[in-house]
Amino acid sequence: MRTNVPAGARIATAYPGISPRLLSSGAEDEDIGAYRSGGGYRPLGDAEAFVREVEASGLRGRGGAAFPAGRKLRAVRDHGAEPVVVANGEEGEPASVKDRWLMRHRPHLVLDGLRLAALGAGTRDAHVYVSDPRSRQSIERALEEARRDPAFAIEVSVTQVEPAYVAGEETAVVQAVNGGPAVPTDKPPRPFEEGVDGRPTLVGNVETLANLPWVQRLGASGYRALGTERSPGTFLMTLTSPGGTGLHEIPFGTTLRSVLTWAGEDVGSVRGFLMGGYFAGVAGKDALDVPLDYDAFAALRSGLGCGAVAVLHRDDCPVATSAAVMAYFARENAGQCGSCFNGTAAMSAVLESLRDHKASAADVERLRGWSTGLRGRGACGTLDGAANVAAALLREFPETVAVHLDGRCGPCAAGDVRLEPPSAALEPAGHGP
Amino acid sequence: MRIKLDRTLCDGFGICGVHAPESFSIDEWGYASLAAPLAGSGEVPTREEDGVRRAVLDCPVHAITELPEAGRPVA
Repeated sequence: MRTNVPAGARIATAYPGISPRLLSSGAEDEDIGAYRSGGGYRPLGDAEAFVREVEASGLRGRGGAAFPAGRKLRAVRDHGAEPVVVANGEEGEPASVKDRWLMRHRPHLVLDGLRLAALGAGTRDAHVYVSDPRSRQSIERALEEARRDPAFAIEVSVTQVEPAYVAGEETAVVQAVNGGPAVPTDKPPRPFEEGVDGRPTLVGNVETLANLPWVQRLGASGYRALGTERSPGTFLMTLTSPGGTGLHEIPFGTTLRSVLTWAGEDVGSVRGFLMGGYFAGVAGKDALDVPLDYDAFAALRSGLGCGAVAVLHRDDCPVATSAAVMAYFARENAGQCGSCFNGTAAMSAVLESLRDHKASAADVERLRGWSTGLRGRGACGTLDGAANVAAALLREFPETVAVHLDGRCGPCAAGDVRLEPPSAALEPAGHGP
Repeated sequence: MRIKLDRTLCDGFGICGVHAPESFSIDEWGYASLAAPLAGSGEVPTREEDGVRRAVLDCPVHAITELPEAGRPVA
């Protein structure tokens, strides 16, 4: 068990009773010797058999969409043209630190996953896509070691872009690796049809890729020893609370109540959560006892997304939190699709006036209309995330919305109104991002 | 007939929604998305084809393009 730690402290701990797969138990900044002696970089015999094993493992994408990794691998493998594989480490989500942590501390696990994805897809052409300078240094140092080993077998180039919320969306990844701006493009084509250099492209989140060596090592049934039927394995949770940021490896199926209790948080003071980074919006206290599983949270009309969870305590107002997140979307969207830059600005204006007790019931009804009517109207998922934030607030905290319309919200009246959305820190303040 | 609408190009003229109102859904600021029957596939209902062709030709920013039919090789 850990106790509360100062804001920004770096901790990486696995849930009790499991043998961690993604968080290292030994020295930080693994080198190739340590990684190989732990069972890494095993030769891949039969690529087709490996792809079948990934399909059977039920591994789902950890970047936010939870798409089955085996189906994605199969799509590029069977496309016909030689594919390209990209490790997506551009963690644009401010509430998440897990991808940067993996690249900084477990670069060989990530590169081994990239190698397996490439060989499984039927190619030797791979890319790593990052924005964090320290992640890039770590990956390049590991690549120097790996390239000396003929068994590594793939060619990897590294692309670094400026950090941005939209830069990690998979069409933005493809456009940037192709030499263009790191902003999304409209579909079709999707990357698996036509991506880097016009070739079928698998864009895999680095945490998803980091699971592939475990599928190889354990086989599908061994991989499924942790987690649930529909969300097998473990995932990295970035947990942000007033106590600081924690990075934890959690088996799917655990509840937030168990995680918070283990992490030393005061469960009694929990008012709700901001789920899936900023993408799923706020959730109420009933999320405490729902198994952490992609489908169980979808059934709640919330989402695990990239595994980032921010705790809202008694003194956090969900209206103010949602307004802060919506202001972020209004500021950080790509500025490309009219429905998105107008819609996020409009929803942000209503939420800020609601936060300030100045909105009317008619304003809230307009917000309700946008929260459903704007869904699907952007080239990427940003507008859907913004619509989720509005819909979740209206669904989960109607009484708090009513207090902001007709009364006086206690936490906001106390003068401590949240203006910035929750964000996670990988290092203590003053030690870089 | 199959089309693609590139919403990163759309400037909200709304002409497509006038020519083919069942194929283009216009938001309150004038920006278009493909309407529900076309979403995903881009397949245009036969009765809307003439209107959609006019929309393709009249879009001032060329945000709408005709795609090869699904399953057919690109010429």
